[in-house]
Parts: sequence; C-alpha cells; structure tokens
Amino acid sequence: MITRLEIATKPDHPDARGEALARRMRSFLSLNPASIRSADVYHIDARLDEGEAERILRELTDPVLQHGSLTRLDHGPFDVAVRVGYKPGVTDPVGKSARVAVEDTLGRSLEADATVFTSTLFLIEGLDRTEAERAARELIGNPVIQTLSIKTRDEFLGAPPDMTVPRVQDHGVPAVKRIDLSGSDEELLRISRDGLLALTLEEMQAIRDHFLGAAEHAGRRELGLDGRPTDVELECLAQTWSEHCKHKIFNASIAYHDEHGSVQHVASLFKDYIKKATHEVDAAVTASEGNSWLVSVFHDNAGVVTFDDDDHLVYKVETHNSPSALDPYGGAITGIVGVNRDPFGTGRGADLIANVWGYCFASPFFARELPEGLLHPRRIRDGVHQGVIDGGNQSGVPYGRGFEVFDHRFVGKPLVFCGTVGALPVSIPGPEGKPMPGEEKAAHPGDLIVMTGGRIGADGIHGATFSSAALDESAPVQAVQIGDPITQKRMFDFLLEARELGLYRSITDNGAGGLSSSVGEMAESSNGAILDLAKAPLKYAGLAPWEILVSEAQERMTLAVPPQHAEALLELAARREVEATVVGTFQGDGVFHVTHGDETVAYIPMEFLHGGDPDLDLTARWSAPSFVEPAEGTDDDALGDTLLAMLSRLNLCSGEVKARHYDHEVKALSMVKPFVGVQSDVPAEATVSLLRHPADLSAEGAWRGFVLSEGIQPFYSDIDTHAMAVAVVDEALRKQLCAGARPDRIAMLDNFCWPDPVQSEGTPDGEYKLAQLVRACRGLFEATTAYGTPLISGKDSMKNDSTKGGVKISVPPTLLVSAIGQIDDARRAVTLDPKSPGDVVLLIGETRDETGGSEYLRYLGERDGVEHALGEPGPYVGNKVPRLDPGTAHQLYGAVAGLFADGLVRSAATPARGGLGMALARCALAGRLGLDLDLPASATGGLSPDTMLFSESCGRFVLTCAPDQVDTITERLSGFACHRIGTVDSEPRLAVAFDGRRTIELTLEALERAFKQTLEAV
Amino acid sequence: MTPADFSQLSTEEQAARRKDVRVLILTGLGLNCEAETDAAFRLCGARTEQVHLLDLLDGKQNVRLADFSVLAFIGGFAFGDHLGAGSVFANKIRFRLYDQLIEFIEGGGLALGICNGFQTMTRLGLLPGFDGDYRTPQATLAPNDRLGYRDAWIELGFDADSPCLWTRGLERMPLPTRHGEGKFMTADDEVMQRLIANRQIAARYIDADGQPTQDWPQNPNGSPHAIAGVCDPTGRLFGLMPHPDAYLYAFHHPHWMRRDDAAQQPMEGEGLRIFQNGVDAAAMR
Repeated sequence: MITRLEIATKPDHPDARGEALARRMRSFLSLNPASIRSADVYHIDARLDEGEAERILRELTDPVLQHGSLTRLDHGPFDVAVRVGYKPGVTDPVGKSARVAVEDTLGRSLEADATVFTSTLFLIEGLDRTEAERAARELIGNPVIQTLSIKTRDEFLGAPPDMTVPRVQDHGVPAVKRIDLSGSDEELLRISRDGLLALTLEEMQAIRDHFLGAAEHAGRRELGLDGRPTDVELECLAQTWSEHCKHKIFNASIAYHDEHGSVQHVASLFKDYIKKATHEVDAAVTASEGNSWLVSVFHDNAGVVTFDDDDHLVYKVETHNSPSALDPYGGAITGIVGVNRDPFGTGRGADLIANVWGYCFASPFFARELPEGLLHPRRIRDGVHQGVIDGGNQSGVPYGRGFEVFDHRFVGKPLVFCGTVGALPVSIPGPEGKPMPGEEKAAHPGDLIVMTGGRIGADGIHGATFSSAALDESAPVQAVQIGDPITQKRMFDFLLEARELGLYRSITDNGAGGLSSSVGEMAESSNGAILDLAKAPLKYAGLAPWEILVSEAQERMTLAVPPQHAEALLELAARREVEATVVGTFQGDGVFHVTHGDETVAYIPMEFLHGGDPDLDLTARWSAPSFVEPAEGTDDDALGDTLLAMLSRLNLCSGEVKARHYDHEVKALSMVKPFVGVQSDVPAEATVSLLRHPADLSAEGAWRGFVLSEGIQPFYSDIDTHAMAVAVVDEALRKQLCAGARPDRIAMLDNFCWPDPVQSEGTPDGEYKLAQLVRACRGLFEATTAYGTPLISGKDSMKNDSTKGGVKISVPPTLLVSAIGQIDDARRAVTLDPKSPGDVVLLIGETRDETGGSEYLRYLGERDGVEHALGEPGPYVGNKVPRLDPGTAHQLYGAVAGLFADGLVRSAATPARGGLGMALARCALAGRLGLDLDLPASATGGLSPDTMLFSESCGRFVLTCAPDQVDTITERLSGFACHRIGTVDSEPRLAVAFDGRRTIELTLEALERAFKQTLEAV
Repeated sequence: MTPADFSQLSTEEQAARRKDVRVLILTGLGLNCEAETDAAFRLCGARTEQVHLLDLLDGKQNVRLADFSVLAFIGGFAFGDHLGAGSVFANKIRFRLYDQLIEFIEGGGLALGICNGFQTMTRLGLLPGFDGDYRTPQATLAPNDRLGYRDAWIELGFDADSPCLWTRGLERMPLPTRHGEGKFMTADDEVMQRLIANRQIAARYIDADGQPTQDWPQNPNGSPHAIAGVCDPTGRLFGLMPHPDAYLYAFHHPHWMRRDDAAQQPMEGEGLRIFQNGVDAAAMR
C-alpha cells in the first residue's frame, strides 16, 4: 500500500530552497523564473492502519513553518512542475530517516520490506516547458541517478498524483555461470571487456591456466566445480587484481630510456623509490635517535606515526575521480565518507579527527564547446563541494585543509582528493582482555567474519575495475554510490564502543572491491576464509552472488570476531540499531572459499588470489619537451595592475565562499584555522590542531598539536615531472616550517593522479607518460630522503583520461603531497599575517629566473590571447621550471626551523604559486597592515621586476620579525640568502620598490577586491 | 542559594558542590559534539556522563534523567537534519521519553541546547516553554536566509535582564556559528511579543557597535530581532545556535596568535563562562 505525503513551506513564509534554485538558474543558465516554490514528497510503501497516515503527516510537518497534505497542497501560481526522485536502488538517506520517524510516531515497526521513498517537487513560475526541461537536466537532477518528471500546470493538475515508487524489481537470483576461457585470445579479451573486468590478455591467460590446472584438484571437484572459473571467481580476481587494488603500474618492471638513449631498469617504482625513501629516512632516524617514529607504513589502510604517550597519528588521502565525473555530489560524498573508513580501519580502529579536501577542476567559467557527455565544470564543482560538505559536516569531522586547482584539462575528469587524520590509541583492549598495541590486527583461523553497517545493493558494482579504465560512454550507472554519512556515523559510534570492549581482533573497510577485497585481504593473516553470500544483508532481493561479493555499497566495515565475543558484539549492535551479521569464518586452509547457501560459488587458493597475477613489463621513454616562451613580460608601470590580475586568477584567488560551508571547528581542536588573519579571510599556510582535549591545561605536552599542509603543481609536469615532484615536497615542507612544525617529525603522503601511462593504440604517448611517472618518483625520492620526511601512505589513480564525445582529454600528471607535522606546543604556532607595525620583512632563499609552468605565464598567455587546443597545456608553459637541490635546501631549512623554535619569527609565508608577489599580497591582506618594501639588487640578482615578483622558485620564505631580532636572524642565516626587504607599517597599502624605484602601490582595499571578486558569486 | 551566597563559599566548598553536579550528555544518532561538551562541563568542575539516547529510551541501562541536574542537548546532525533539523531526534523523545523529561524539568533540572540541541529543544516545545507548557512547539529554526551551512565567528550580546541562568553576568562574547537552519521563527507575532516581554531572548547577534543586527554576516541566518539564543521563563532551559563548546580555550579564538604573549595568557576560553553559569546554578540548588 502506498501513502503519499506532500509537505511544503507555508505560503506566507519564504521558501529558501526554491529561491536558491531560482538564483542558480539565473546565474548559471541565464533563465529567469518569476518564482520557485518547493515541496517534499514522501511515498510510504507500507501497510498503515486507519488514521495512521494522518498521524504521520502531523509529525513530519513542522507546525510553525510548514503545511502538509495527504493529497495535494495548493501551490498557488506556477507554470511547470518538476519532480526529481531517485532511480531504483539509489541510496535515499532521507527516506531512511523518514522511516525511523514513521516508526517512532506509530510506536511500532513497519514490515521488513516497507520503504519510504522521497522526492522533491519544484513549482516554477515564469518558465515554459522547454526551459524547465533544460533546467531540470542541467541543474536540478542528474539522470545517472535520478528520475525527472516535468509537467505543465495543466498536465500536473489534470492527473492524479503519481503513486509509483522506484522499488527495485525482484527477478529472482541469477544462477552462477561457468565461464569458458578455452577460446582464442580475442575471445578472452572480449570476455574481459564485455564484463567490465579490466583484465589484460596476460591476466586472462593466467586465470585460464590456473583453472585448467585446478580442474583435477580434488577439493574443487568435490565441491562441484570444474576447470572453468565461475563468474564469482572471475569477478573476484578482477577486483583483487585491478589497478585500483593492486597498483600494477607501480609494481611493474620498467625499462626507462633517457634522452641520451641509455636504458635504466626499474624493478618496481613502489619498491625502488617510495618504499625505499621511507626505509632510508627511517634507518637514518633510527641510527641517530635510537628508535623509529614510524608505527605502521604502507601495509594497513593508512599510515601511522608516533604522536604522544596516548595516541598515534594516522593519515590517509584518497581520490574519487571517476565517480565524481559521473555524479559529482554522490561521487564526492562517497569519497569523503569512504576515506573516513581508512583510518577507522587502520590498526584496530582510529578516532577520526580531521578531514582534508582538494580538487582539480576546469574553470567554472568554462566557455569552450563541451565534449558530448561531460558535465559542465561549474556543475561538477558545485556538486563535489556539496558532497564533501555534507559528508564531512554530517560525520562531525572538521576539515583542516582545502584547496582548488584549475586547468582546462580537468574538464574530462576532475580530481577529487579527500583525506582523513585519525588518532589511534597506543593501547587498545585486546580480545583476550589484555591491552594490545593499537596498530596490531590479525584475523585468526576460527574468528567469525562479521559485516556491519549498511546493506549490500547493486550500487558501486565495478567501481574498482571502472576506475581502472578511461571514462567513456560505457561507464556503468551502478558504479556510482551515494554515501550516507549518518548510517556510517552510527556504525562508527557502535564500533568505538566495541573497540573499547575488545570485541574484535581485526577490522577493515569495505571500499573498492567490496567483500571480495575486505575479506580477501583480512584472510591473508589467517590464510583463508569461508564466506556465505546468502547471509549478507541485502537492500533488495535479486542480486547475483558475484554482485554481492564485489558490490561497493557504502558504510560497511568487516570485522574478525573471536567466537566467544560474537554474542556480545551482535547484542551491542542491536542496541545501537546498527546492522551486524556473521557472514563466514576465517580459516587456515589456504583457500578463499565462497558459498551461496549450500552451493560453492568460488574456491580460489589464497596464493593465486594475491600472487597469481602476472608481472607487467613496461617501457618508458623520456625526451625533454620544449615550449614557446612568451614574447614579452610586463612593463614596470603595469606591474601593479598585473599583480591585481594575478590575485584574481582562479588559481590564486580566494575560495572562502565555498570553504566556509565546511565545518572546520567541530570537535573543538583547531588552533590555527584554515583561514587566518585579522579578518580571517586569507588561507593559512598550514593549519594546527590538537589531537585530543587536554585533561589538564597546564600539563606538560597538553598543547601538542599536529600540522597539515600540502603541495600540488600539476603545471610543472608539462616541463619536467622530476622538478614537479621536488617542488611539491618542498612546498608542503616549507608550509609546515612556516607554522612552526618540528622538522624531524614531518611525514608525507603521495597521491599520484596520472593519465594512462601504458602504451597502446588509444595512448600512443604512453611511454612518455610512463617516463614522466618514473621521473616524478625519482624526484619524490630525492626530496623526501634529503628532507628526512618519510612517505607513510599513498595511492595512485592511473587512468585519468576521458574519451567522451570522441575527444581524448588527459589530466596533466598530478602529484599531491600531503604533509602531517607535529608541534610540541601549539600555542607557539606562527601564521602568515604580519603582527605589528615596525616589524621587519625578510626574504629568505634565492629567487631565480624560473617562470616555467608558472601562473604568471598562463596569465601572459591569456593577456596575449594565445590559442591552445582543448587538452593541450598552455596557453604559455615556458621551459624554466623551478628546480631545487633539496640537499642544499635542507641545510637552510634546519637553520630556519631554529628561528621558529626560538620564537624569533612573528609571521611567515611560503612563496609558491604566484611567486613572491602573491605571498606579499596575502601577507598584507592577512595582517590588514601596510608593507613598505624595497627589493635591493642583492635580492633580485638582476632579474626583471616581473620575474622577481612572479617566478615560482622553490626554497623561499617571507618572514617578519621584531626590529631588534634582525641581526640575530641574519647572523644565524649567514651563508644563506637572507635579504631585509622592508618594514610593516600601518598605511593600508602594499608598496614595492626595486632598488629604490617604487613600482607598485596598491591599497589593501584593491587587493581585497581583486582577491575576492572572482569566486564570490560562483 | 543566591549567586552572592555561592561566591561567599570557600574555593574548596565551591569545587565540592560543583563536583556534585551531574551532567547528562545525550549522544548518538548523528550527534557529534560530545567530546567538547564533555570537556566544557568537566573544566567547569562538574561530573559528566555520556549516554546514548537509545540506552536512555530502552530503560535497561539504569540511566534515569532524574539522577542528573543538567541535561545537555549537544550539537551535530541527528539523522542528518533530514525532515528538518532536530525533528527525527525530537520525535523519538516525544514518543518515548516525554514524561521523564517533563518530570526532570519540573523537578528543577537545567538544560542547555547548542545548535542541533537548540533545534531539538525548540522542536520538542521545551522552548519557549510559556506557562509551564513544555509540550507545544511554538517556534522553529528555519533555513538560513542565505541558504546553507556556514562556519564563521560572530559576536553575541546578552540581555542582562533576562532570567536566563546560563548567561548571568555576561555582556558579549565572540563565538562561531555552524548551521544551516538557525532562523528563529515563531508561530505568530504574539509568541514573539511574549518572548520579548519576558526577556527570554537571552542572546542576540550584535554588530561592531554592540547593537542587535539583521545584517549578514554578523547575523548569519536572518533571525528576526537578531535572536541567537532563547531561554524558558524560569531561565533554567537555554538554547542557542552559536557554539560556546567551540571556545573552551583561548586558542580557539581565530586571532589568539596576534597576541605576542599568547602562550602566557589565561588558557580558558570565553565560551566556558556559559557552562560555568549552568554548573554553578545547579551547584546552588
């Protein structure tokens, strides 16, 4: 029985949601509706008794603000009605909460398959049907996950309300199939392609050979299986061996041809550069300090380092690019709630402390022709922000860092980075009642496999294999999940209680690959598992066994529970109204054994599952590219206007309007917030937070904090990824130092987002792109070992290309380095705003002629109207990319860190994108104080003023200090470049002279306008 | 005992009385400010206990509201703010805990609702609570005029003549607001006029001159009469949208680092004073 409720804001109150949509239509689509009102529609599919519908309506309606009806409300004047609801099977979190409210109101449970479906009705006045259709498609709904119904007033009122609901139809459970792999190579490839398996020919052959050989295996025969893999087995291997899970490219053997024709062999990028860097840093620290501060690196879901006596620091950053391209909101909310599960699934479970986010988009003002099938970048940007805003805020996790980078090449695939910091107790009760180190986890044979949290649906099927392929028209709608932060938060609350009671021995999250990956990975420690898919709770009937196994439906964790604790765990879950189900047992027999009821549907030796994939041999070929240099720079008299134009550029301007929608203060641990300065409107170089509330504010170590920063410079990759990698490590590190972080406790995470670097018909430049990857890894190795900043966790996403609409667009090779540092007393943290007039401004480090890949060259290219094709770098790239010898820089940084430790620095900024000019403008704005600067010839070294201001040379700092400290600082930095370049004063302007010649004078008001105007209304 | 009497007590005696104040912090179902609310009450000398709402509802865990003198409705996103902020959570209480709750209030209990907690208290009808009627909702917190959640610091001004026990002696205070539904609307103008006449509007958004303001961003949601916080006529129940639980330490303020002597300053944040008032009021009973 279906009961329909309609609830809307009373006519005499403003309808904020409708008005907001009208505003967006005006600014986004240039449509001008006279008015928009909205209503919530609920379809309750449940048996209700007489009078119950009225009671529900009464309770769901806010008596002060709303009115509701069991039929139709009088919506006043409107021309078109647009209703947007979900497609069958798509997560509907509001419907879930509504069901709770219905049950509470009625004081009874609804039948098990009762469901509340929600949709939203917009009543639009002043648009015709065609316009409304366009608005519905381009702004209101996303056909990938939603259904849209558009009716004129007459059509709408002329028919009774639509009583259909998007219930998933149950067509029975599909039978398990045997897949015949005995055909030709072409046939194998067809099977891989048609099944969205993303397996290569070599992998398909390895699978064929394994199962043919296993045909006579006694165990397999007895279970009714033969020499053909089942669809469950094939899917399970495809997930486990996917690029997403297995990092095949980072583990491939590579022949690297340099520009001189000599060949170097790389056995594995991961082992030779990433892991090795960490190992070398760790060995050096252990040698000098006597012990390591790395607790758990690379093998768990997140990296773990020591912090204090009570807690370790946990950090992980992930990407969620492909899903965000298809459904920006759903993809991004899944990205943030998904990465939350990583620290939570690290060790035996970390508390979530802070999130970070960062996005690479095409311009929201993108005005070129958009390839068919791609969403407009502004829509992607709005959706991604809103998804991460809702995901983070509703989870009660504040954000510590956020950034946006814009380049037109992200029009094909946006990059959506989401990360989470956790606090892992040093000691957690173990299942035997004794405390155990928090990072220790291992499923034992005999432990029960418990899945908890959300249910399994068809959502998120093939996410892992899909993200391992380019985005084309065949992208499956099932690949998009919508995260439900409240379901997850409730699961986390329950699991934290279970953790403190020592009820489980191991925990991991269900992300990519679903149960297939989580159980498959946990079973490595016990060496085997038996899993019954028929026990797994489903959102709806009719899922095939393979779908249950690989579904990436969200909000699920898998636990290893000793049998003696099973009852207590399930009882606690029931009390918290969180689902938890025993779905199998960990075993020690060396087999991953999956059943569906009594039928065995997969029987794969653990050894083959995790080690059977063939090694990949790849070729990389490097040749240094060459780009056109700009014809001319900026005349001195135009320098002020150029600085303003730079401040307004998307890559440099304020993103505060969006950022303020993210909570940065929940948990009350943040001490240096994302925006700082007198008006709190300039992004901080780094943020500082406590990990826990101090028990005693005066105790030693009470104010110990962690410091977050990052570096990202995809533009440098066009010239040389080696320089790019060094630059991003350097940027992340300098920001740490600017906040006052200890230089010897800075850990880093690497996130590679690359275009496909494997040579093929579709990727004729694969060898070059792979060479770019090799060079980036070398740069990363060089910088992190020189700085002593270990890499503790990372992730790679290697297929960031789009071929939609027949246009191939690849992202620029992008490496995000996220740094997490520590500060012994966060009350001594430093920010970039100059503090008082009279203080002296110092420029530390050398500025060189390094405008290659800079924001300034892109500005010049646009100024000169230089054309460049979609997908190509530009408009100007240049060649002189910032380069740095990290070994030399490290010596300077040691001295600089000493200045902070001794409290000599009153403000500090990191010149990076936009160069010195941008750094100075941000400082002046942040302090709302004047800067009176004169760059002496010794500082400029003969560079032209525009190069001096906008070169993005690494290794530099802008510091202010009290006048009486200048000599001390200069002395301590003797041997390094350290220039006194001016003073802080109370004139509200930024004045810059070059060797005595005043060239720039800009009021703070002008700086602020330039900085804020670009994204203020977008 | 009056505040004057309380201040006459020795420090030890005050501490002992504060320690007798038991604070119940309701948690779960999407709420998320338990750690800071707990820290706040503890720093003020009270004893805190975090209890999952479902444990309180099922009655099996031996937790009774009557055993506490302060009830904290904390911030968060109970049920994701679906169906209106605070409403699904309030619904659970209305149908399964109302009598106990009314008994607690009538027995002289204090309650503080912050953000989502204020929304819940309002949705339940605990506020404004005219004439001892704590069951009839007469107000609501509507979506902000500028739609969407926003995190920014504002300045609060307190009504010195309000009966509110939680804001005693306070004049003004910077605090962050973090909500999407904070515009305090009443069922009709009569309710609003009564609130004003009763001095129940204990906290208002103020501008740089200290005057109540309707201007964004100082007034973040367009609340009429710049309403930020409301108490019941007894002054024991108080709800507000801004977060005093986010200003526990001096270092929570966005500009603490602009003081050269930051590390030598008092470490307590101004927001604690609201909690201290509540704890002390309970300690005087």
